[in-house]
Amino acid sequence: MRWLLGKDLLILRRSRLTVALLVIYPVAIALLIGLALSRGPTKPRVAIVNETPPGQTIAVGSEHVAVGRYAEELFSQVQSVHASSRAQAIAEIKSGRVLAAVVIPRNIAARVSSGLSQASLEVLYNGNALEQSLVQSQLSSALAQANLGFSEQIQGAAAQAIGLLLKGGNLGVLGAPPDLIGLSQIPSGLKGIIARQPPGPDRRQLERMDAFAQFAAQNLGLAKNVLSTIGQPIQVKSTLIAGRRTPLNTFAVVVAVSISLMFVAVLLASGGLALEREENTLQRLVRGLTSREGLLAEKALLGAGCSFLLAFAMLAGIGAFVSLDWSRAGLWLAALALGALAFGTLGVAIGVLAREVRAASLLAFLTSLPLAFLALVPAGAVASGLYDAIGVISFVFPFKAALQALDAAVNQSAPGIGVSLAHLAGLVVLFGALARVGLRRLD
Amino acid sequence: MIQTLAGAGLGGPVLSVRDLAMRYGEREALRGVSFDAGAGELVAVVGPNGAGKTTLLSILAGIQRPSAGSVNRTPREVGWVPQSSAVYAKLSVAENLELFARLEKVADPAQAVERMLEQTGLGERAGEQVRRLSGGNRQRVNVAIGLLADPPVLALDEPSSALDPAQRARLWDFVGSLAAAGTSVVFSTHDVNEVQRYAKRALVLAGGELLFDGSPEALLAAAGEENGDFEGAFVSFLHGRGHR
Repeated sequence: MRWLLGKDLLILRRSRLTVALLVIYPVAIALLIGLALSRGPTKPRVAIVNETPPGQTIAVGSEHVAVGRYAEELFSQVQSVHASSRAQAIAEIKSGRVLAAVVIPRNIAARVSSGLSQASLEVLYNGNALEQSLVQSQLSSALAQANLGFSEQIQGAAAQAIGLLLKGGNLGVLGAPPDLIGLSQIPSGLKGIIARQPPGPDRRQLERMDAFAQFAAQNLGLAKNVLSTIGQPIQVKSTLIAGRRTPLNTFAVVVAVSISLMFVAVLLASGGLALEREENTLQRLVRGLTSREGLLAEKALLGAGCSFLLAFAMLAGIGAFVSLDWSRAGLWLAALALGALAFGTLGVAIGVLAREVRAASLLAFLTSLPLAFLALVPAGAVASGLYDAIGVISFVFPFKAALQALDAAVNQSAPGIGVSLAHLAGLVVLFGALARVGLRRLD
Repeated sequence: MIQTLAGAGLGGPVLSVRDLAMRYGEREALRGVSFDAGAGELVAVVGPNGAGKTTLLSILAGIQRPSAGSVNRTPREVGWVPQSSAVYAKLSVAENLELFARLEKVADPAQAVERMLEQTGLGERAGEQVRRLSGGNRQRVNVAIGLLADPPVLALDEPSSALDPAQRARLWDFVGSLAAAGTSVVFSTHDVNEVQRYAKRALVLAGGELLFDGSPEALLAAAGEENGDFEGAFVSFLHGRGHR
């Protein structure tokens, strides 16, 4: 086997373009996918037309909130581009410089202050169905965040106004009487007056006023809490059922490395076996020079060995930029080794189907790429029946198991690495057997 | 009626094939084929398409197992040269020879490589990658690999089919020298003129049956062609036995 392995490595060394493609292409794809996963969507570029007069405020009781604060909230949620008019905003959209425009109308303060009719914004956008969908998903989220921030400011102003009503003092409003009594101070004041009143209708009247003042003060105090509850009625508390919480960037590293591991192993193993058929040497070899099992094992090891080295180099290289726990390197090696072997045996199972290296490579790509994407589909993203089907496909091919093994090795995620390694070992046996059956078919 | 001529040389048969049969499902590719080949004999297997020539050579080479019958040599004792060159294009001539010598577990691979380079006349091109060689030279490497283990029997499957006339002549000179050195050579061909020119014996296969085993001259006589038109004799021989 070592002579065949040496021969394959020599041929590989002389096929510089193939080696370059084998390294560059999967690494490039892996890094692209890794980048896409690790970076959240960027803020949409949106033109904002603020038609409200400068300094306009919304009155909340005795408190005032500047309308400009809403625009500031919105600016913080998007990459804002100032537009002086609606016409300029439309021009910006048409030129493609912005995804959409938001027009804050002149009457927004009056509408919010009135409490009778809801204030509204105008959103302008353009483009094909994909762009429209992007605007709707990204802008609605930005607007919701801005609304929430603005409503918190209004709640704050309302809470401050309620506090003044309860505690009294100077309202700070032009024309308001100074040193007003607070609602919570009324019952204690009334108690003294009632005590000095003889029994009779006046005293009963005062007692009723005292009871009301107590009741009103208690309930107004509760209103502040109610306001904050309305602002964020339900607080979210997340609990991870199993494993450790995985940062997105280290998971992206795992995905990138797993994809490279898969591509290199599958391509080399399938191509190596197909090359024996293309060069007509397969029959020469299996007529007693090597066993069929030995030949398959050699090709699987060729793919597995090369992909293992590349993937480990990638992991170590990325480890210089992303914080990885090097004390778990032994587990990384185990996950990479068994993952590489599973991909290698998948490669030879593909290789027996093809007569030429080019056909084997194409088949390997056509098989591998969808497997990677299917394994990354999260539960709930597709219909349950489809997700079950995806689950079965991902279970019988090595990508998901290799990803889980490496994720467990790097991030201590669930399921544990033992389960994933056992799964990979089973797949090595399965694809090894399929390749052997396929090779017998060629006899 | 099968006409046979015992192929035992002075020291008895080097290759002995008995009652070989090969079935692919319902189809019989070979039926009860028996023959012997002596040391230094050049035996041509000739017949129309589908006669069973490649199947017979594949069984001799150990690539296929017969449904019935026996061959007195193990596959390792039969050097095999497939129809299309089975060599690694990106390895040099010497690297190909050395690799197969090691896989054949030849006692001294380096010496075997030197010997084959000398025999094939490819010494000057030993370091050249096979993909840069002409078809003729590539076929010489192909033959050389079959001879690395110094086998007593060499099986060649249509060895000259992809060669031009000059390359063919050189190949047959080389094969003739092997036979002269004592190697028993069995080759299949479509070119009946090669049978007449180079073979000591001809085995005529048709429909999986061995119809004739004898010298080319005996085949001419059997076909009643006294004027020496071997191709005509071969065709009329087949016609006479119901194969058109």
